[in-house]
Amino acid sequence: MTWRPVLSRSVMLRHDSVRSADLLLLPERVVVLCGNAGSVVRLCDGSREVDEIVAELGERFPGAPVADEVPAFLTALRKEGWLQ
Amino acid sequence: MTVAPPWALLAELTHGCPLRCAYCSNPVELISRSEELNTGQWVGVLRQAADLGVVQTHLSGGEPLLRRDLADIVAAADTAGLYTQLVTSGVGLHERRLAELKDAGLRCVQLSVQHADPITSELIAGARSFAAKERAAKLVRAAGLPLGLNVVLHRANIDALDDLIALGLAWGADRVELANTQFYGWALRNRASLLPTREQVEHARQAVARRRESLGRAMELVWVAADYLDGTAKPCMGGWGAVSLTVAPDGTVLPCPAAASLPGLDPPNAKDYQLAWIWRESHAFNAYRGEAWMQEPCRGCVLRTTDFGGCRCQAHALTGDAARTDPVCRHAPDHGLVRDLVAAPYAADTARAAAPVAAPAYREGGT
Repeated sequence: MTWRPVLSRSVMLRHDSVRSADLLLLPERVVVLCGNAGSVVRLCDGSREVDEIVAELGERFPGAPVADEVPAFLTALRKEGWLQ
Repeated sequence: MTVAPPWALLAELTHGCPLRCAYCSNPVELISRSEELNTGQWVGVLRQAADLGVVQTHLSGGEPLLRRDLADIVAAADTAGLYTQLVTSGVGLHERRLAELKDAGLRCVQLSVQHADPITSELIAGARSFAAKERAAKLVRAAGLPLGLNVVLHRANIDALDDLIALGLAWGADRVELANTQFYGWALRNRASLLPTREQVEHARQAVARRRESLGRAMELVWVAADYLDGTAKPCMGGWGAVSLTVAPDGTVLPCPAAASLPGLDPPNAKDYQLAWIWRESHAFNAYRGEAWMQEPCRGCVLRTTDFGGCRCQAHALTGDAARTDPVCRHAPDHGLVRDLVAAPYAADTARAAAPVAAPAYREGGT
């Protein structure tokens, strides 16, 4: 089955304007997303497949190694239970 | 000096509670219901906290469900962008109440558990509560909210660790916090009867490690160390005025929930001052911030950046001086005090047949 990543129910993504950072908020935990990680997670709305996320980011950040890094990043987040 | 913003706010909405646990960390002098902040004042506190940089709030007590305006408070927190956790005994959490809180933006629930055995559980809580807890857990799961159980461990329940973990699985918990009693407030008063033996703690620690392995990702187990027995100071609150602030039911703003017991701290009130000023400028939040206040051996110790000198309230409770090295630390000049306290249950064990350990005194005056 094709994976369409979506944030787990207990996880909230928000921008923190005080710290100028994107955060994942979970019970008893805060994850600070570095660099453009927030832009990646923001596309995980359950409607896009991983390939589509990679393509969209490729257009937005030309020259960035999205095809190499984004699938591994998404898998790491799924392993943590933050993405489903 | 620039002060980094806080991440979390512990909102003690009330000290009222239907339970009377002897290990309660609320102060021995409970704040009465009539002194509590009103809805508008809590809304103001939550907004100011969010503006300051707070991203998570724990709505706690006492029992926060005793506040009829809880849904309004949750809604204010959620609107301000705060991730909101309810910390509850489960007593009073009915289906309609939970639906109302979830609609208001509640994100997760932490439920207290005293024991896996209903009769022992109610003996520890000093109130009928086990069925309400079981029902609350069921409702939280049915509502699709993450559920954490918090078990305060002490002499009378630490041997039941396997049963408590099984209860967590049966109730569908995502995580179980096995939190050895921290000795503040009522727990400090009842320390002699709550303090477990070294063997009990070691046995429990091993059980947790074993179960963690077999559980995998099914349920998270969090172990909060017994600092009296470990010889290691905890990084209390992640450092004084570094990560988190507490607002007591009457609006007193504290660097930690136990700090009301420190003489001379003169903590400011949210009714009188803006939270931003309190966090950055007030005497109370700067008293033990950073390292300048430290005495030897902390001042020259490599652990100071890890444990921040341990707990100021514990240093005060045990030595009368909040700036001393936390006596639980094996390097502390006052560590002998803690060694003696830890040895006491052994003496009691030896004499148990003749003189059983005194039962802890229930928390009074807050129901």
